[in-house]
Amino acid sequence: MATLTREQARAQMTAPGTTRRKSFWKLTNPYLYLLPAMAVMAVMTYYPMAYGIWMSFTDYGLKNLRVNSAAPDFVGLQNYIAILTNNVPQIANFDFFYTLFFNLFWTFSNVIFHVVIGVLIAVLLNAKGLWFKGVYRAIFVLPIVIPTLVVANVWRNMFDPDFGAINQFLASMGGLIGISPATFHIRWIESLNPPIPGIPLPLAYFALLITNIWLGWPFMTIVATGALQSISKDFYEAASIDGASPTQQFFSITLPLLRPAMVPAIIYGITLTFNLFNLIYFVSGGGPLRETEILVTTAFRLVNEQSLYGVAAAFAMYIAIILLIITLVTNRISRATESYDV
Amino acid sequence: MSSLSAPAADAATAKIKFAYAESQIVGQKMTLPKQIFFQLILLFITFTVLFPILWVVSMSVDPRADIMRPTSLELIPPGFSLKAYADILEKPTSNPVNLPTLFLNSLLLAGGSAIASVLVGVFAAYSFSRFKFAGRQVLMLAVIAVLILPNVATLAPLFVLLNRVVIGDFNLRDSLLGVGLALLTTLLPFSIWNLKGYIDTIPKELEEAAMIDGCSPNQTFFRIMLPLATPAIAITAFLGFMSGWTEFYLSWQFLTNPQNFTLAMTLYNMTGQFASSTPWSHFSAMSVIIALPVSVVYLALQKYMTGGLTIGGVKG
Repeated sequence: MATLTREQARAQMTAPGTTRRKSFWKLTNPYLYLLPAMAVMAVMTYYPMAYGIWMSFTDYGLKNLRVNSAAPDFVGLQNYIAILTNNVPQIANFDFFYTLFFNLFWTFSNVIFHVVIGVLIAVLLNAKGLWFKGVYRAIFVLPIVIPTLVVANVWRNMFDPDFGAINQFLASMGGLIGISPATFHIRWIESLNPPIPGIPLPLAYFALLITNIWLGWPFMTIVATGALQSISKDFYEAASIDGASPTQQFFSITLPLLRPAMVPAIIYGITLTFNLFNLIYFVSGGGPLRETEILVTTAFRLVNEQSLYGVAAAFAMYIAIILLIITLVTNRISRATESYDV
Repeated sequence: MSSLSAPAADAATAKIKFAYAESQIVGQKMTLPKQIFFQLILLFITFTVLFPILWVVSMSVDPRADIMRPTSLELIPPGFSLKAYADILEKPTSNPVNLPTLFLNSLLLAGGSAIASVLVGVFAAYSFSRFKFAGRQVLMLAVIAVLILPNVATLAPLFVLLNRVVIGDFNLRDSLLGVGLALLTTLLPFSIWNLKGYIDTIPKELEEAAMIDGCSPNQTFFRIMLPLATPAIAITAFLGFMSGWTEFYLSWQFLTNPQNFTLAMTLYNMTGQFASSTPWSHFSAMSVIIALPVSVVYLALQKYMTGGLTIGGVKG
């Protein structure tokens, strides 16, 4: 260990400030500090990843699982081709490009709702003279603090056609205006018919959307509230002197000044929603007919239900490539909007 | 404005400024109809936020504790009883395992992986934050690159690799330790990155002052940096705890012995079409048991939490 002797310390005391500082930051061996973490990551992160890449070129399956079982056969790009050509007969209705497209659509449709609703509620809560602000802010944080796993399972039961709270609530509301409760026997998760003609999305998608809107907007509200409170009142003052209406002020002052804070939050939301395993797996289970399945739930099914470890490893490689592209694109966007000169 | 002379414009601005300041002090800028309109919107939003929470809490404390399936909507229970909680204490599902064991397993898994990730991670975070060394960029990139990947992407290799670690009757894959290690795959890089983001904001001068006073670099780390980084370590550990507490797919894939099962796995067993024998009052009680402890802590730390998230996230 590089402990300092008296002589060394004295030498440093007499040296000019900059040299002393520089030498200080060079004294300790930075690699020594890195060693524990890098050792753990080498074993638990990088080695499994490298092993996964190798697995993706083999037919690794149940037969190779035992400690002294034979090594899997090398199959080249077979797994990769099988996934792209939907040649995975073990999973009914497997369609890679549909799942990828749905996953992207799922992500962006959700984040748009999160941002729009989140910002509007933040603006509403920021109104001067509004009563009970603190109470509302305290309540609206609840969807963030409750674990997603629990939220998803609770909503799964709430969407139950016979005993779920959603249908029971709709029936009681409908009863007030004389609609028969039988109308509200809605099969949220299982129904195959697209509720909106012309849009090939099952009702389960909308059930997931409702659940995720409930989950997602408060985070955007918190980020937007922080940004709103840092906007100088002078802007609004100047605008109202110049005769700008509140609507004009919203679009010309509030929105542009919210942007620098919202862009990182949106990027965070995009990656989170893209990989939102818990919601899809627990609420709809990917159904009906895999129509609401996303990439990460498919990857899990390949391992958990089918024991197709080689195919699953190849599937994970596709996920990695897609996420890399998404990250590069969002990083470029965030860099372009990093600073906003007023 | 241009038609006004300069002093007149100044006077006009001053007047508006005064009126504005006044409205700030009084805080009564909003007219009553507008106030009522806003309150109605916010009450509706409050209702939507509280609806699922009230539904599940109400069912869990309903005195008719054996609600198989609720036939009517009750957001406020017709009484109060903890019988549903008592009922699931011995055997929440058909699996031969009791609730305290499940709770302890979840606690061990989440606590163990969270503590390990910050204990190991804080050294690396310090190194990345403070030192300039050869390979720093490459190593940092290697840490961030892992963060892009969801845990599920490494599920297959982790499963087959840990399955090969067999000592006598002990299979690492089929143990909480194995799941905890697999959790570290992505939790450790997350902790490193989150802690580095925080340490970056601590001024270097404090350590340099300690150095001038004769601290060795290692003393500086343990006596200056660690105490200063304690809040960040606590927050990072809690975020890790949250992910371990509700971890599902690793434990579901790895564990076969019911004595090792976790709360999250049990909740899945109690939900949906495969749980036709589970009364929903039991399911509700289980939901509350999982959510309540972490939600309360999260709520208490919430002010620091969103900050912690953005520190790690924005600087990426």
